[in-house]
Amino acid sequence: MSVTARDKGLVGCRHCARVWPMEKTRCDRCGARLISRDRASLQKVWAWWLAGVMAYIPANVYPMLKTRTLFSTQEDTIIAGAFELAKYGSYGVAAIILIASVLIPLAKFFAIAYLALSVSRGATMPARRRFVLYEVIEYIGRWSMIDVFVVAILSAIVQLSVAAAINPGIAAIAFALSVIFTMLAAQSFDSRLIWDRIDTPEEDSARG
Amino acid sequence: MLSGQRNVARVIASSSHCDLPGHDTSSQNPKNNMAGICSAGHCCCRANPYLAIMETPTPPLDELIACPHCDALYHVGTIKKGERAKCERCHAKLIAPRKAAGAHIIALALASVVLVVAALFLPFIGISRLGFSNQATILEIAWAFSGGPMLVLSLATLGLIVGLPLMRLLLTLYTLIPLVRDRPPWPGAARAFRLSEQLKPWSMAEIFVIGCAVSLVKLGDLARIELGPAFFMFAVLVVLLVIQDTFMDRWSVWKALEK
Ligand SMILES: [Zn+2]
Ligand SMILES: [Zn+2]
Repeated sequence: MSVTARDKGLVGCRHCARVWPMEKTRCDRCGARLISRDRASLQKVWAWWLAGVMAYIPANVYPMLKTRTLFSTQEDTIIAGAFELAKYGSYGVAAIILIASVLIPLAKFFAIAYLALSVSRGATMPARRRFVLYEVIEYIGRWSMIDVFVVAILSAIVQLSVAAAINPGIAAIAFALSVIFTMLAAQSFDSRLIWDRIDTPEEDSARG
Repeated sequence: MLSGQRNVARVIASSSHCDLPGHDTSSQNPKNNMAGICSAGHCCCRANPYLAIMETPTPPLDELIACPHCDALYHVGTIKKGERAKCERCHAKLIAPRKAAGAHIIALALASVVLVVAALFLPFIGISRLGFSNQATILEIAWAFSGGPMLVLSLATLGLIVGLPLMRLLLTLYTLIPLVRDRPPWPGAARAFRLSEQLKPWSMAEIFVIGCAVSLVKLGDLARIELGPAFFMFAVLVVLLVIQDTFMDRWSVWKALEK
């Protein structure tokens, strides 16, 4: 059982790890605001989460890429683009795109919602597992931006006069916003809340 | 790293058993005693010699560290260069001083700044197909969204792949240069360092490099692709950034800034 700063009537700085008496409101070492448990952060998490989900809808409805070749012009949404690649036999790339732009964003939405609910309603998953989940989301979240960069790279170089041209679709901005909002949702979450439940006295006595 | 360690030195017994009567860790239920902490909560019976749970009375606050991820509280012992102390509860790396880290980071950061700036003006990636060819620099890639309302996305892209990595490098240099020369920190250094840490997830140079690889695969047989010098400079930059990050010991920097 770990002793926490809060148990000792102290507050730890989330930015520089310096320890202060509970009543202090600003860290003298790094200037950050001090708060022992940021329960209000959950509202921020939900607000960013909702913004992220909302932005994710147009990201999938509108075209991500507009491709023009000698004989055809085509506008593809994220999912249609992946199926298009699969049609021509590039199953590997199609799978990567589906995982990176569909599976991971959806998994992130569910995971953040689960973590936020678990600290306000309680959870059956042990704190350590939930913390690993949180770390994975924080790590993986920014990698979704890769899609936006790929669109930028393709649009910048595939400008070959009449032969072929690729231009970004409006979904790119919605997708980028969705990734940014989801990252902000994960960052707003105070991960110390995850650990509090296991240290509550009720559970201690229940364990004997 | 930054000559900030010595005054935290408070040796804590490194033996895994406890000498005090009644504090034998071996007799404890291992479930309640995951970290080898004796039930009395003394710092004597620790498997981890670097971080110890609090004694009573509480030692001076500047000898303590609270894990930013889980709030576990530790009394910091003597940590030699090359050793590392992890949080027992959430396994986050808390302290990991390295020998001459400050000087290494400064050298790497200076090299990185040169790479970023030079890469901006050289061709990053090129393409040719059916006798047509085209190449783009990083600035032109970011500018791909510049048509109409997507201009914002162009600016954001430029910020994420070049602006913020560059800014973090400059903030790191601003923080560390006076410290390695054993001078008092420059004004606002603590804010600069905190900002640099906060910007870390938003600095996406490595994601851009991988994005480039994905683009290559995606274009596949549609066209012939050539990677320009800027791509390789960026790839080196990513490696330098990773090395800097492993040398960077936040705890030592904060200690040095506090003095
Ligand atoms: Zn602080
Ligand atoms: Zn921890």
